[in-house]
Amino acid sequence: MSTENGSTNGAVPGLNSTGVVITNSATPLPEGVHLPLYMDNHATTPLDPRVLEAMMPYFTGKFGNAASRNHQFGWEAESAVEIARGQIAKLIGATAKEIIFTSGATESNNLAIKGIAEMYKERGNHIITQVTEHKAVLDTCKKLEKMGYIVTYLPVSADGLIDLDDLRRAIVTEGPNKTILVSIMYANNEIGVIQPIREIGKICHEKGVLFHTDAVQAVGKIPVDVIADNIDVLSLSGHKIYGPKGVGALYVRRRNPRVQITEQINGGGHERGMRSGTLNVPGIVGLGAACEICMNEMADEAKREIELRDYLKVKLESALDYTQVNGNMEHHLPGNLNMSFVYVEGESLLMGINDIAVSSGSACTSATLEPSYVLKALGLGDEIAHSSIRFGLGRFNNKAEVDYVANKIIDVVLKLRELSPLYEMVKEGIDLTKIEWAAH
Amino acid sequence: MAYSDKVVDHYENPRNVGTLDKSSSEVGTGLVGAPECGDVMRLQIKVNPETQVIEDAKFKTFGCGSAIASSSLATEWVKGKTVSEALTISNTDIVKELALPPVKIHCSVLAEDAIRAAIGDWKKKNNVSEEAGVATAVAAH
Repeated sequence: MSTENGSTNGAVPGLNSTGVVITNSATPLPEGVHLPLYMDNHATTPLDPRVLEAMMPYFTGKFGNAASRNHQFGWEAESAVEIARGQIAKLIGATAKEIIFTSGATESNNLAIKGIAEMYKERGNHIITQVTEHKAVLDTCKKLEKMGYIVTYLPVSADGLIDLDDLRRAIVTEGPNKTILVSIMYANNEIGVIQPIREIGKICHEKGVLFHTDAVQAVGKIPVDVIADNIDVLSLSGHKIYGPKGVGALYVRRRNPRVQITEQINGGGHERGMRSGTLNVPGIVGLGAACEICMNEMADEAKREIELRDYLKVKLESALDYTQVNGNMEHHLPGNLNMSFVYVEGESLLMGINDIAVSSGSACTSATLEPSYVLKALGLGDEIAHSSIRFGLGRFNNKAEVDYVANKIIDVVLKLRELSPLYEMVKEGIDLTKIEWAAH
Repeated sequence: MAYSDKVVDHYENPRNVGTLDKSSSEVGTGLVGAPECGDVMRLQIKVNPETQVIEDAKFKTFGCGSAIASSSLATEWVKGKTVSEALTISNTDIVKELALPPVKIHCSVLAEDAIRAAIGDWKKKNNVSEEAGVATAVAAH
């Protein structure tokens, strides 16, 4: 337990202050389990205490502006930033000069896509992405469509992967609507599926098209190498890798090819003119420290998370019928498990496990009342999407927590299936697809 | 999202969960909603043929906590009422009782629909005209 006893970090204070009733507080908890229990590490991660330690001096004593060129405070800040730049570059196989600091991955994605679209508009006006991208990519592409760019959204197969032949066919190399950019995420935030990035990059380079990847969920979790993976531009974020919120980076390739990006924020020409604004020094130091820890611990960490995730999966599958794993499990992030508990609605399931933080693809949990567009893109029926739970295992989860979560899920699913007319009908042999439902 | 205490109570201790014999002439079954919408309610009533009093009610619901609570509450409310009294229950009563937020109003609408559908089914089985609300023929099939 010595290396995996981060359980106290699993107890994130404040989760139970939302007025949600925490049940079963009377029963003693197993060792290593603290409530509320955090298992939603794709949404965000707790700061690693080692990262916090690295950041602390840069809030008070070492508060200088990294752009102050003529005194010690500035030099100190600048040198800390440059160390961080190197740490980040090393994790993804880049050079320090290729790292641009941003406020996070949403800004990185905006800067990459809009910046390339603007810079290369003489070359063409076609962009290719795919349907399960994060909204930071999809909404950016939609904005560009309004501005006159043409965007192709590639479909995914039932397991969440894009078809490389679809990509080849979509790339336009002649005429006025030439493809200038392909943007495909490295790994999906909901279903954990890892796209064939290396092959995508190879196709892009063969056709002379730039390749951007939103690698927020992949960096620090699985090996990412911008050279071997043929990546030209890459977005990453601090708070997904046990670093601070509000800081991210964009890798912009300087050689073979040299990528140019039109800045989207003006005011001082920081970050080689690509992103103005005083650097968030403590945040950047934290991002660097977080990358270095990932670099050193990724292999062991991935192995441990895969074991926990598979244990969780087997435990749930052996106790419950009508479960379904969503997304390809071969090309998959270590800590991710997206599972549907068919005939049980996701929000009611979350309500029964309200001392555990996981996510649901159900409509009711979001303001939009639309179930997860990612799960829908896999061709799953809406009812499967409504029944889905995303487990996000992370650095500070332990086996006792996995047991606790699995047992709780099993109890609540069994209880809700007793309540479910659909489960009863299916057990009686009724084909639900033959019923004329009164949609509302 | 925080749930009201009443929603939590119905979710933790749902009333009248179960199934009545839908082939019985005294039983009316309402099945409303759709799986792809994330809500399906089945509400059943057992009606005394002499008095038209709803003597028993059962439900099963696939849906969020508010949907479960709305249908659980609906079974509590229809029990002991006559069929025509039960028809006066409106979704706004359910919203009020459970303190449902605007985003959950559709759950209460569905519960009202379920009551109406169950009563409609019972009336159809027993050849009760919609307007009169009284039995015009004895059910026998």
